[in-house]
Amino acid sequence: MWWKWSLFIAMGLVIVFSFTTPAPQQQIGEASRVFYYHIPQAWICVLAFMMSMIFSIRYLKNRRIEEDDRAADAARLGFIFCILATVTGSIFAKVTWGSFWNWDPRESSIFILLLIYGAYFALRGAVEVEERRAALSSVYSIFAFITVPFLIFVIPRITPSLHPEDSIVTENMKFTMGPAVRTIFFSSLALFTVVYFWMFSLARRVRIIERSRMEIEE
Amino acid sequence: MYELKGEDLSKRFGELKVFSKLNFDLHTGESMAVIGPNGSGKSTLMMVLLSIYRPSKGKIAYLLDGKEMEENQIRASVSLVSPYLNLYDQLSGEENLKFFATVAGENITGKEIENLLEKVGLAGRGMDLVGGYSSGMKQRLKYATALLNKPAFLYLDEPTSNLDAAGKKIVADLIEEYRSQSIIVIATNEEEEYHLATKQLRVDK
Amino acid sequence: MPQNSFGLISKAAAVYAKDLRLELRTKYALNAILMFGITTLTVVSFSVGQSGLPPKLLSSLFWIVMFFSAMSGLAQVFVREEESGTALALKLTTDPDAIYWGKLGFNLTLLTIMTVIIAPIFFIFTDAPTDNLVLFALVLFLGMIGLCGATTIVAAIIARASVKGALFAVLSFPLLLPLLLVLVKATEKVLLGVSFSSVATELQFLVAFAVVMIVGSVMLFKFVWLD
Repeated sequence: MWWKWSLFIAMGLVIVFSFTTPAPQQQIGEASRVFYYHIPQAWICVLAFMMSMIFSIRYLKNRRIEEDDRAADAARLGFIFCILATVTGSIFAKVTWGSFWNWDPRESSIFILLLIYGAYFALRGAVEVEERRAALSSVYSIFAFITVPFLIFVIPRITPSLHPEDSIVTENMKFTMGPAVRTIFFSSLALFTVVYFWMFSLARRVRIIERSRMEIEE
Repeated sequence: MYELKGEDLSKRFGELKVFSKLNFDLHTGESMAVIGPNGSGKSTLMMVLLSIYRPSKGKIAYLLDGKEMEENQIRASVSLVSPYLNLYDQLSGEENLKFFATVAGENITGKEIENLLEKVGLAGRGMDLVGGYSSGMKQRLKYATALLNKPAFLYLDEPTSNLDAAGKKIVADLIEEYRSQSIIVIATNEEEEYHLATKQLRVDK
Repeated sequence: MPQNSFGLISKAAAVYAKDLRLELRTKYALNAILMFGITTLTVVSFSVGQSGLPPKLLSSLFWIVMFFSAMSGLAQVFVREEESGTALALKLTTDPDAIYWGKLGFNLTLLTIMTVIIAPIFFIFTDAPTDNLVLFALVLFLGMIGLCGATTIVAAIIARASVKGALFAVLSFPLLLPLLLVLVKATEKVLLGVSFSSVATELQFLVAFAVVMIVGSVMLFKFVWLD
């Protein structure tokens, strides 16, 4: 119980400080505060998808249906954070670059991630037999992951970047991200990660209850 | 000497339980009738034994002289005749036989194909497309295909479905012929077919 | 070991020959692909006319036509086996690798036939420049291998789903997107009449993509095909 309260307080502090301290990037101004939320969301999205793929591999190895449950739960959460990151990013794009969508490389990548996982859920919905669904969607998720390096290679060559990575992430991280910005950012990153794992464990508990109810019904 | 062992076999599809805790142990020369009402999971059991489905619990072992057989060794020594297994309608009977022999890695001569077709009573019909066969003729061709690899494990799911009296006679003869050199598993509802087997296994929920 | 790989080749060849024979007798997939391709090409040609479109647009249109035509027929190799109940016989008699290679080869043949028919019609209808045909053929060929490498296993996946519908295109599109982007870029350059060396990066990409997809498929195929 105690950690939920500390999470609540810490998250509250991050929110307050993220809006009361000076904006992290002077040139972009107020809109750059999205940095405290957008990047942790994008990070969770990647983390969740990585986990989903690892659980998929584990499912194919040991054939325990729980692994597939975990893979699906992680993908579902990753999908939610993916949408959040897309929305926050898109609003930021509107404010700074003038339009919601520009096919900037990061936008393209996240769009394709959404497509891949949309397809993943479409596949899960189309297979009725549980074990077959687990095997097919595991294979698809691993296979989709194989294409990611190609995307990373291709996309920057097709469209030029608008992303403020030079202004915030790279340079500021290395040189000029002040101690206040740094503290808020990394707290936010850590807290988002805790929230994600909490949500993940809740999803697990729901699954366990569902499965045990199935056993009892027999 | 071949051996087929099932230990505590259970199968469920999600929430649907098909069968549970089946145990048996068969050696070359023995045969087993799998009996139970429609929908009791006889065909599913066959699929589990053939590793088309994975058992939810329990273990299946294929043994040759007490040693566990490898995957491709098993594949080379099992055959199935089943309503769920179909041959290619757009190929002729001979082409089907030739194809299934080749993908199994065996060479087959025209003479051998002819002999097989004759054995199941399809002599002279080998050049016709299977799509034009009657259901009984298709069933006979399935037997010819199943015998291609001279199976050490022969699975027969509803062995006489669609067959006339002559066809049933052929099946009875085949079982008689293979009885001593193979393990035969027969899934059936027909009383007269139980007696073809030396053991019985009742499948129930 | 050589005995083994020889066995694999002859089994895969048998699967390939069987599929080719079935296709020649029914012409199911080929008809679907060609009719789809020609229909869309006609629509494109009617609506844009012979007005000498810029290469960028031409190559995008070309690959849209190719992608959707391919999608209309490539799933057949596995769907046909599952629906007719012949998949069970195959699973019991031969190893998954032989099936995969045979089916990959068959899909590649289908796409080659499609390309040989669709590409010339495309040039006729749109009046695209034809001074770089060898390079164009090379890009096409590598593109086809990548396309088949990525989609053959997807075809096997959807054949086992209970609802198929548009699933094939839905599942294939995200996987093919990097390939399509590069193909459009490479084709655009080729239509502009560049030399071999200026599409070298794209060609390397196409080869790498095809190899990775096929290796990945070979490793994962048995999980899709069995159980």
